[in-house]
Amino acid sequence: MNSVAWPCPAPGVTSEEFALVAGPSDAAARVLVVPALFEEANRTRRMLAETMRVLSDAGIGCVLPDLPGCNESLAPLDAQDLTSWRAAMVAATDHFSASHALSLRGGAVVVPQSLPGWQFEPIAGAQVLRPMLRARTVTAREECRTETMDGLLEHGRNAGIELAGYRIGAALVRDLIAAALPELSPQSVLNLEELGGAALWLRSEPGEDADLSTALAARIIADLKL
Amino acid sequence: MHDDTDTRLRAILRDVLGLNVAQVAAFEAETGLFGALPELDSMAVAGLLTEMEDRLDIVIDDDEVDGELLETYGNLLAFAKGKRER
Repeated sequence: MNSVAWPCPAPGVTSEEFALVAGPSDAAARVLVVPALFEEANRTRRMLAETMRVLSDAGIGCVLPDLPGCNESLAPLDAQDLTSWRAAMVAATDHFSASHALSLRGGAVVVPQSLPGWQFEPIAGAQVLRPMLRARTVTAREECRTETMDGLLEHGRNAGIELAGYRIGAALVRDLIAAALPELSPQSVLNLEELGGAALWLRSEPGEDADLSTALAARIIADLKL
Repeated sequence: MHDDTDTRLRAILRDVLGLNVAQVAAFEAETGLFGALPELDSMAVAGLLTEMEDRLDIVIDDDEVDGELLETYGNLLAFAKGKRER
């Protein structure tokens, strides 16, 4: 598994972004893996990397690109919106010749809908923001300040907002509020109940769940063989 | 009706806090939560409340979240049951 730099188009320029790449270069199928958003991405990265390792052992190519402004990306997060993230994932699809897509959680509102594949435990944009807004109100309360989720959201959609350490621009806040899950998608929805395992994205110290990674990879391998 | 609230709430705590089944099964009404469980920091509180909303089909308002709500398992369960009966 290698971290690879690739030229990602950004508004007005082309910036270098990084992607985790696994599997044979001549693989018949290559899966674009779109991560969960913000903190959930960190919590699930080991699980996804392990899933990619199992897939690559089965001869399936995988690529997990950073969303601009996230992980190792040098792009400013507060300049991103869903348009730039979607464009980056489309560009990654072309650059790495992806044939399928696997998204995790909030990645479902970013993943290219042109590819067949899987959405694992998808959530809409508003559901991505809700726990982050709530964490801020809980912290404020501990510090004897009063903040409300509605108030924070209103501020965020006008001026951007910092949530859980992420500087989210006003455009991305507005995009996320409006981002519903695609009703008609070529991607199948997978849920935790059918695969079995732990909801690692909810935990502050998630560790990994090898059984979940294996079950997720097994489902993908089985579907690709149909 | 809704007598599965206890079971569901334990499953949510297990998932959000990464506790094992035995730990969560041993929770009693007096079992302390916030301040007693190191796993339950403010990010985890936010995740817990959001999962409760999603899985119990309830809405939790900002002003309902106070120290008392998360003081014990019994308080949280009573709150969840009350919400679901509405």
